[in-house]
Amino acid sequence: MTERADPAASAVLETSKADTPVLSLRSATLAYGDRVLWKNLNLDVKPGEFLAVLGSNGTGKTSLLRAILGQQQLSSGSIELLGEPVRRGHRGIGYIPQQRLIEQGTPLRARDLVTLGINGHRWGLPVTGRRTRQQVDRVLASVGATSYANVPVATLSGGEQQRIRVGQAIASNPALLLCDEPLSSLDLNHQRVVSDLIDERRRAIGSAVVFVTHDINPVLDKVDRVLYLAGGRFRIGTPDEVLRSEVLSYMYNTPIEVIRTRGRVAVLGAPEGYGVHDHLEHHIDDRWQR
Amino acid sequence: MIEMFSAVNAALFDFTDYGELLVLVRNSIIAGAVLGIVGGLIGPFVMSRDLAFAVHGISELSFAGAAAALLLGINVVAGSIGGSLLAALIIGLLGNRARERNSIVGVMMPFGLGLGILFLALYEGRAANKFGLLTGQIVSVDNPQLGLLLVIGAIVVVGLVIMWRPLTFSSVDPDVARARAVPVTAISITFMVLLGLATAISIQIVGALLVLALLVTPAAAAMRVTASPLITPILSVVFAVVSVVGGIMLSLGGALPISPFVTTISFTIYLVCRLIGWQRDRSGASGRRVSTKPVAA
Repeated sequence: MTERADPAASAVLETSKADTPVLSLRSATLAYGDRVLWKNLNLDVKPGEFLAVLGSNGTGKTSLLRAILGQQQLSSGSIELLGEPVRRGHRGIGYIPQQRLIEQGTPLRARDLVTLGINGHRWGLPVTGRRTRQQVDRVLASVGATSYANVPVATLSGGEQQRIRVGQAIASNPALLLCDEPLSSLDLNHQRVVSDLIDERRRAIGSAVVFVTHDINPVLDKVDRVLYLAGGRFRIGTPDEVLRSEVLSYMYNTPIEVIRTRGRVAVLGAPEGYGVHDHLEHHIDDRWQR
Repeated sequence: MIEMFSAVNAALFDFTDYGELLVLVRNSIIAGAVLGIVGGLIGPFVMSRDLAFAVHGISELSFAGAAAALLLGINVVAGSIGGSLLAALIIGLLGNRARERNSIVGVMMPFGLGLGILFLALYEGRAANKFGLLTGQIVSVDNPQLGLLLVIGAIVVVGLVIMWRPLTFSSVDPDVARARAVPVTAISITFMVLLGLATAISIQIVGALLVLALLVTPAAAAMRVTASPLITPILSVVFAVVSVVGGIMLSLGGALPISPFVTTISFTIYLVCRLIGWQRDRSGASGRRVSTKPVAA
């Protein structure tokens, strides 16, 4: 019974083959009262495309994610996921939340968390068939977590937990991977590991990636396009097109200097300490490292 | 000194005519076993949803409901179900965040307890009935009452079995579950209703003050020794059944209420499990497979 192919998942694969957009926003506008977060946003995300969503706090990055998840009503315009208007959650979505440590004593092992990504929405007892277990084993191997597959998930380090979450999100081969600051509070090393993993997996299974972040550097070499939100305005384009001094100066309405050096981006002079910043100065207190 | 000791001893243990007594409390033992199963199954969810304090709050309102029923001369179980469902729904609807929830429980609990004490003060029946609601009783389970307990217990168990997997998902990771189209809110409200029912029937045996010994301690003990989603509920059920049924059997020997026996057994099990878990942590047997080559980070 548990082995039946998920109709949503197979629909996902068919849609991915055709080159129709996974995610499509038309004249999407979101405003809270007078405050416009973004207006007339038109955006198509194709299968396998990696889109980074950048912007400082309060520019509507998280609201965009919530809108895609059907948890936030647009002020006007529309969002379609796989050709249908968004509804509350979707089986074709894999979601990687902000890193939040799982509470001590949670009665789940790493493999159980991944299994939930495959069948957590189905009713009934948590009995899994052989095929599901094999699939979970493959996913665990693909995120390099085989050695701690049977370890209580709460005892894993932050970086290890985030790998498991990536595994959970990709386990059902989703058409769209939504990532909400998945690298925050990880050390540099794990930031690289986890972002490599997301990149490698989206190539393997052809998922579109919408990656919300305040720091593009860990994913700069993977990103196809950037959606930059600032001051009620937005820009969409490749990193080279968007991350330029004149573009950001216009958006922020203040002189801003973008420096690109050794494969990194640093933004100087952005208001409220906005940062596509160089984060080398952070993570001195590296409490996730074991 | 010796006299006092033997008096205590007589109060604790006097197993003459044990066989006859056992027949008399057959209903209570069945009820105890059912409560053990219900408490053991729902406990791990109470723990992973951080609802231990909420259970305490629900049980006080359930006590108020039962006391009101006693005063009005209607079915006590019905009264306690009414009280606990009301509390469970209030907590479920208003208390999404742990902090919010705790303050709601903290406000509701003394109010419920106060109401209950008021009703009991007005009640002029047997004093044992009054005390029993708070600290538990054994000999009062008659056939219709047992029938009611069995039906409600079955509702809770079936409800849990049906939503086990999505309930697990939304307990551990509500955001991700919601993104995957799991009806997290509906599941959460339904769970609170089941928890209210479980609390209401537990009160009949262990009393309002000690419900946690049934709904929390066994699960907490199980979670010290395993993280398997299958073994945790099984162990938790075993611990809960042993505590309640064992407590009932032991309390037959003396004039003491059942609850100290139940709570002592379940606390002892918890201590042992903690010890085992601690020992395991120290010896580093976490289940992590150690690879022979250095792990590329």
